[in-house]
Amino acid sequence: MVRDAVLECAGLRKTYGDLVAVDDVGFTIAAGETYGLLGPNGAGKTTTISMIAGLLDKDGGIAVVSGNEITTRSTDAKAAIGLVPQDLAIYPDLTGRENLRFFGKLYAFDGDLNQRVDEVLDVIELADRADDQTKEYSGGMKRRLNIGIGLLHKPELLILDEPTVGVDPQSRNAILENVERLGRHGMAVLYTTHYMEEAERLCDRVGIIDGGAIIAEGTRRELVSRVGGRDRLHIETKGDPSALIPRVTELPDVESCTATGSSIEVVAFDASRALPDVIFAVRDAGLGVQSVDVSEPDLESVFLHLTGKALRE
Amino acid sequence: MRATLTIANKDLKQRLRDRSAIILALLVPLGMAFIMDLTLGPLADESFNTAVVIADADGGPVAARFSALLDGFGEEGVVTVTVTHDEAAARAMVASHEASTAYLIPEGFSAATASNGSASLMVVTDPDQPIGSLVGEAFADGFVAELNAVRLSVGTAMALGASNPAILADAAVSEPTPVRLAEGQTEGRGFDFATFYATGITVFFLFFTVQFGVLGIIEEREDGTMPRLLAAPIPARSILVGKLLASFAMGVASAVVLWLSTTFLMGAEWGSSLGVILLIATGVAAAMGLTATVAAFTKTAEQAGSITAFIVVILGILGGTFFPVTRVTGALTLLSRVTPHFWLMEGFGRLSAGESIVDILPAVAAVMAFGVVFGTIGLFRVRNLVRYR
Repeated sequence: MVRDAVLECAGLRKTYGDLVAVDDVGFTIAAGETYGLLGPNGAGKTTTISMIAGLLDKDGGIAVVSGNEITTRSTDAKAAIGLVPQDLAIYPDLTGRENLRFFGKLYAFDGDLNQRVDEVLDVIELADRADDQTKEYSGGMKRRLNIGIGLLHKPELLILDEPTVGVDPQSRNAILENVERLGRHGMAVLYTTHYMEEAERLCDRVGIIDGGAIIAEGTRRELVSRVGGRDRLHIETKGDPSALIPRVTELPDVESCTATGSSIEVVAFDASRALPDVIFAVRDAGLGVQSVDVSEPDLESVFLHLTGKALRE
Repeated sequence: MRATLTIANKDLKQRLRDRSAIILALLVPLGMAFIMDLTLGPLADESFNTAVVIADADGGPVAARFSALLDGFGEEGVVTVTVTHDEAAARAMVASHEASTAYLIPEGFSAATASNGSASLMVVTDPDQPIGSLVGEAFADGFVAELNAVRLSVGTAMALGASNPAILADAAVSEPTPVRLAEGQTEGRGFDFATFYATGITVFFLFFTVQFGVLGIIEEREDGTMPRLLAAPIPARSILVGKLLASFAMGVASAVVLWLSTTFLMGAEWGSSLGVILLIATGVAAAMGLTATVAAFTKTAEQAGSITAFIVVILGILGGTFFPVTRVTGALTLLSRVTPHFWLMEGFGRLSAGESIVDILPAVAAVMAFGVVFGTIGLFRVRNLVRYR
């Protein structure tokens, strides 16, 4: 088990009759870490987090949050969790402030609740609409309040279940920025999504889930390398770079290099480390750099490699 | 307990902001009670009187006796009698609704009666005054029956050898009637109109008001807030109890407001305050039990609301919240008595008649029994709604 783990779960299993919805799922999340569960719809993401949040009884396995095992009846473990359900879970005829206060009281927030509500309203940028009934809010505002309620009691583990589904691009970006900030402030975040780019942007580690089981887990780089993926550098020069090929090929982190016309194509183990050396080599050869394009294999290709299907099929 | 109160407080706040709930819980019942009292109340306050007209073309002793009979009822205030000799005028009075009944006594009526000949007393009634017409016809029926009895007596005496039919007829008529009807009231419900409609409407709408809290459980599921409540560090039973508490508070509050407002604005006499509170509390509990049972067997709040409305209207009619059901007979009697509405009205009637809290305990027990039976069934099933998926 991880030393400063906020969440530790192992062997989670849930069945509905003959259907195995989740099978032997386990992972850990440390404080300040954002962990992504990436998988297509129906992969078992929501069932997994429902067991972790204490909403659903487990058929097997264990989940421990901040040292307390969680079940549907455990109140201590639940107090350490903030849940942001996929569907909006707010009361339309209460104001934003009243929604926050209500859930703050349910979680028996230890401190000045009014002050904390104001803080959260600032974080989710709803302070100026705090006293409007939420049925007057836009979709994006409701989504932000949905997240704010999960944050209100300062949970050690925040669980976000596909929080950007059906959200406009602007609100989506605001939500992602909020989640990035939470991780930096030391909160453990469990983030489920079927958007590959969100997982890549937000998550320190990603568990790829399909058919109720985690089929791969690690950092983006670890996952990519596990399937043999390589980064690619495409550099447009101002001359003929063919003489450069032997030198670039010998650079560390470079696997191969080819020249075509005035451009070179570099296959690298790690583009971010190889790029400066390649640029220096081009400059030392007296060739100017016109443009650089870096392409890294993404989690979409990893998922495709592992399952033989696309994430959004 | 803290979580329970927090949930109950939130639910009440939501209901108070829901205009339809306020309208259904207070404004509609109060308005209906007022309207019914205004429109039907005067009927109860005024004593019955109907105008009749006698067109006496006969002028004989039998016709005079009929007039005297009606004059007797006129002195009691039941009828107002006009006598004319013009049949057309009498008919015109009925046609113009000035009289509910016209009695047309033809020429030779007395003579025909005395000589055992054929005699007809024609009765013309106004269909727009059904009660007055019925009463008018009853007077004629009674008189004709008496006349025929006298003729039978005289005929029998003559057959046995009597010689003077006129003396016999006078003797028969002067004999006192052996059996008379006397007016009286049964014990029990002592409602005046204002109190009847105030209590009836309160009982009827109580069952609508209470449903908001219980159906709120289904709404939490439909609105997606149930998972968030279940994820909170509170026992699941706090959610259920909080909802029921809000339901109970809402039901009691609306009934108390109706009680007080009908007392002060309509002059309704509800009786012992303690008894009223006891009946309201048990009534709310019974309503919650019924709503919980309906909610437990339906899938959506809308569906549950529709079914509850249907059941509540049926129970309200059977239980006598719109009109007294003391005259129903047969299977309807049994059906009426298995409704909580009947027993609530029974209890309120006794309180209104000045009876004590002890006298309404059987009614309270009956309502409580209904609440316990349906509450047990409903809560056993509704518990399953307070969980994820």
